[in-house]
Amino acid sequence: MPSTTINPTRMELTRLKGRLRTAQRGHKLLKDKRDELMKQFMDVVRENREVRRRVEEGLMKAHSSFTVAAALMSPEMLEQSLLYPKQSVELDMTFQNIMSVDVPQYQFRTKSEDPGEIYPYGFAATSGELDDAVAALEQVFKDMLHLAEIEKTSQLLAEEIEKTRRRVNALEYVKIPEMQANIKYITMKLDENERANTIRLMKVKDLILKEALEDRREQDQQALENFG
Amino acid sequence: MYKIAVIGDQDSVLGFKALGLEVHAAENVEQARRALHDLAHDNCAIIYLTEQLAAQMGAEIARYKDSLTPAIILIPGKEGSLGIGMANVKTAVERAVGADIL
Repeated sequence: MPSTTINPTRMELTRLKGRLRTAQRGHKLLKDKRDELMKQFMDVVRENREVRRRVEEGLMKAHSSFTVAAALMSPEMLEQSLLYPKQSVELDMTFQNIMSVDVPQYQFRTKSEDPGEIYPYGFAATSGELDDAVAALEQVFKDMLHLAEIEKTSQLLAEEIEKTRRRVNALEYVKIPEMQANIKYITMKLDENERANTIRLMKVKDLILKEALEDRREQDQQALENFG
Repeated sequence: MYKIAVIGDQDSVLGFKALGLEVHAAENVEQARRALHDLAHDNCAIIYLTEQLAAQMGAEIARYKDSLTPAIILIPGKEGSLGIGMANVKTAVERAVGADIL
């Protein structure tokens, strides 16, 4: 359906044809981008589910040990034991570019290399369950970090895919058909003008011929009368 | 240098302190909200949030969903998993593909 504001001129036609070419190329590129993003996304999301399941299981285990420890120790004692951590972690973040989407990658460093440093308390006054709980947390922590990375990646990819999908659809179902219809409209209009022009010329030619013929006949008549 | 923080109720997050993470105990949603905003503006790359609190903080989480930092990751609290974390993975698939195909 051609829009009402369109000018049926040759210049407009050339401009529209150029735009259509660009739109078609853009559409193809965006479609490729969407397909590749989707491929990456499916891998990421599958891993995401796997890691999340692992983390949730690990954390539940840690929580249950922790609950037992909390039952065996007084709350004040428990809080005191964990109040001043010996270990601390530092996080470095770099970015990886997946099809123009920046996704984070984390590198973490613990301040101390000694694995025993995660226990900030003396063993005399605390329950053994607390050690288990902290050890379980430590174990699940690597997965938690991985989960953070991969879950953020999947969220960012999902956003980009959604955007790209919309663009592809807008081009495919709205922009390109609209331009094609406009081009067709202009071509028809120009052809129509061309035909109208030809017909007008033929008519004018007829008129002129007829006049010339009549003139000639009149002259012949005059000449006959004069002679005769 | 970025920080890693944990927000949740006291009993769920206490253990993370031993690992050297920044722990913010929040007894109610209001406190958690404030902690989340403070951390987000304070160079925090990853925030672990318990599902029990996250259930009532949908708007806050959605706000940071599309930005690069912080990554808000839901973890089950001591009462167990509510399945919100898994549901979020599902939502991401639905958002990207248009249907849940997994």
